[in-house]
Amino acid sequence: MEKVISFPHLGIYHIVFNYFLSNVTKRRVISPPPTTKRTIELGSKYSPDFVCVPFKYNLGNYIEALEKGANVLIQGGGGCRYGYYAELEEEILKSLGYEFDFYNLISDNHISLKKGYSFCKKLNRKTNVFKCSYYLINSLFMIIFIDKIEKYIRKNMGFEVNKGRFEKLEKEYLSSFKNSDGIFKIVFNYFKYKSRFKKIKIDKPSNPLKVTIIGELYSLIDANTSYNTERKLIKMGIEVTRLTDLTYLLITKRFFLKRAIRKSKKYIKYNLGADASASVALAYQSASCGCDGIVHMKSFGCTPEISAMSILPRISEEYNVPIMYFSFDAEDNEVGVDTRIEAFYDMIVRRKYK
Amino acid sequence: MRKKIRVGVPRAFLYYRYYVFWKCFLEMIGCQVVLSPETNKEIVQNGKNLSIDESCLPSKIYLGHVDYLKDKCDYILVPRISNYGKEKRVCMKFLGIVDVVCNVFPNVRILDYNIDYLKGKFEFISIFKLATKFNKNIFRILWAYFLGKKKEKKYNESLANRQFKILKSNNLKILIVSHPYVIHDRYLGGTILDYLKKMEVDILFSDRLDRKEATCYSKDFSKTLYWLYSKESIGGALYYKDAVDGIIFVSSFPCGPDSLVNELAIRKLKNIPIINIIVDESTAEAGLETRLESFIDMIKARDN
Repeated sequence: MEKVISFPHLGIYHIVFNYFLSNVTKRRVISPPPTTKRTIELGSKYSPDFVCVPFKYNLGNYIEALEKGANVLIQGGGGCRYGYYAELEEEILKSLGYEFDFYNLISDNHISLKKGYSFCKKLNRKTNVFKCSYYLINSLFMIIFIDKIEKYIRKNMGFEVNKGRFEKLEKEYLSSFKNSDGIFKIVFNYFKYKSRFKKIKIDKPSNPLKVTIIGELYSLIDANTSYNTERKLIKMGIEVTRLTDLTYLLITKRFFLKRAIRKSKKYIKYNLGADASASVALAYQSASCGCDGIVHMKSFGCTPEISAMSILPRISEEYNVPIMYFSFDAEDNEVGVDTRIEAFYDMIVRRKYK
Repeated sequence: MRKKIRVGVPRAFLYYRYYVFWKCFLEMIGCQVVLSPETNKEIVQNGKNLSIDESCLPSKIYLGHVDYLKDKCDYILVPRISNYGKEKRVCMKFLGIVDVVCNVFPNVRILDYNIDYLKGKFEFISIFKLATKFNKNIFRILWAYFLGKKKEKKYNESLANRQFKILKSNNLKILIVSHPYVIHDRYLGGTILDYLKKMEVDILFSDRLDRKEATCYSKDFSKTLYWLYSKESIGGALYYKDAVDGIIFVSSFPCGPDSLVNELAIRKLKNIPIINIIVDESTAEAGLETRLESFIDMIKARDN
């Protein structure tokens, strides 16, 4: 039987995962269908009551991928509860009657390279360490380049002259990675599109509205699970800053976190776990630099962010910065979120230009 | 005579794990321990007002206890625990509890120690550092630590031995699998224990077993589990499961580890009656008793 590999979604990065897996294992790899309302309904139907929402999305992604014909599933992650998803997901999917192989790449709450390598070796016996690391470095470069462009988009998309130019080019940019294979092609691709992005006409005022987005990683990266809140804010004409992306998680976290905690020792003494201390540190940083508002997003039931949420009100009070809290659940509806965003926008506009 | 320093210990979370040690240790280095009372409605209400409504019920109760203690003592003992080594992590709540308490009560003086084996912050070193604040006599601190640990071990052994005696009786035996800070708390687990005692059922607890032994047993259940406290309770459940007639899983409302581990345990343990009870702020006594009654009736009917 032909082996078809699939994995749960993580925002736009499914292109990178697809690239890495298909090149290393030389098997067919399918990305699960885009996350929709049906995904979360399927996921929450079979998952335990008060598990956090990423679990439900992941389970829904798996079920939809299995329906499409995948039979090898992989799970990576870690940090908090995310590290223990795999075992229960496997058990639930088996009890639903699907036939598949499940590979858990996590050991002791972190993705282990050893397990990942043995997984690649099992599916493709011709692969070796050099090939794997070559493609791993390529994918890392891809992630860094995607994040750099995304950062530029977040800063400038709200002020474009002709609406829709940025999004069109972004789509083209992301799909261009699908068929680039060598490292040189990836780098070349990045610079080509960077200059094209820079050429798009923008009309940016000297002192625009600035909003910082902080919170839990999954709902920040995966725009579908947070009802495109970030994009909606950008389109209102706001300069949005966000630190948390995959580059942060994989590379810069190590260098950033210790210093950030030391800098904001007025509020936190220890690492709060997962991204909570980064949220507090970033909120403190941007509040003292004079941003106009902070948006805190998390999925329902995220334990570390709850600790952060009991610290954030103090920052908001001392620096007089409004903070809006979102907790995305399976039963949320988009209209309610939209209303809250609009109200928040009106408030920060009035505060700034009164 | 110099007045003794009063150290407050909230009766929640790690109290159930470390109290014997804390009491012995703190008294030997010259402090007076002030313990908060059993959880009651008022404490829960205060805690609820102070915390974010999504946080778990034991943490709300914890803040309630700290609120009770805040003007009755000089310091409040709030440990921060990250891990006890590889694959021995704890729930994220314990990582952030110090900072949460610091920010919710800005005027309270907090006594914290940090356990993080992966970064070299061993339990002994952290406690030693804490103790030098109050007592400059190094040998006294060493002796206190040694004695405290010995006392704690003896206490745990006596609890386990008492439980082994119950195993020999012919009564209906029911095992309760839960975190100690849920089931031994009067407010959360009191109703369940009282009702079971009224029904003349022998109760066993999964946490009353040698901890190292329990972690070894948990490897049969799951190889990738990395929460130490969950490992202990699941290991205890596996150890006792053949000797009991039924298992009750008790967890508090949005408990992180329990939401995954208990679900998996219920799916994996077979041929034994299992009930999963989730304790909430608004859990009604009558509804809980009905569920327990029908569970016990079912076990009795099954045995005959």
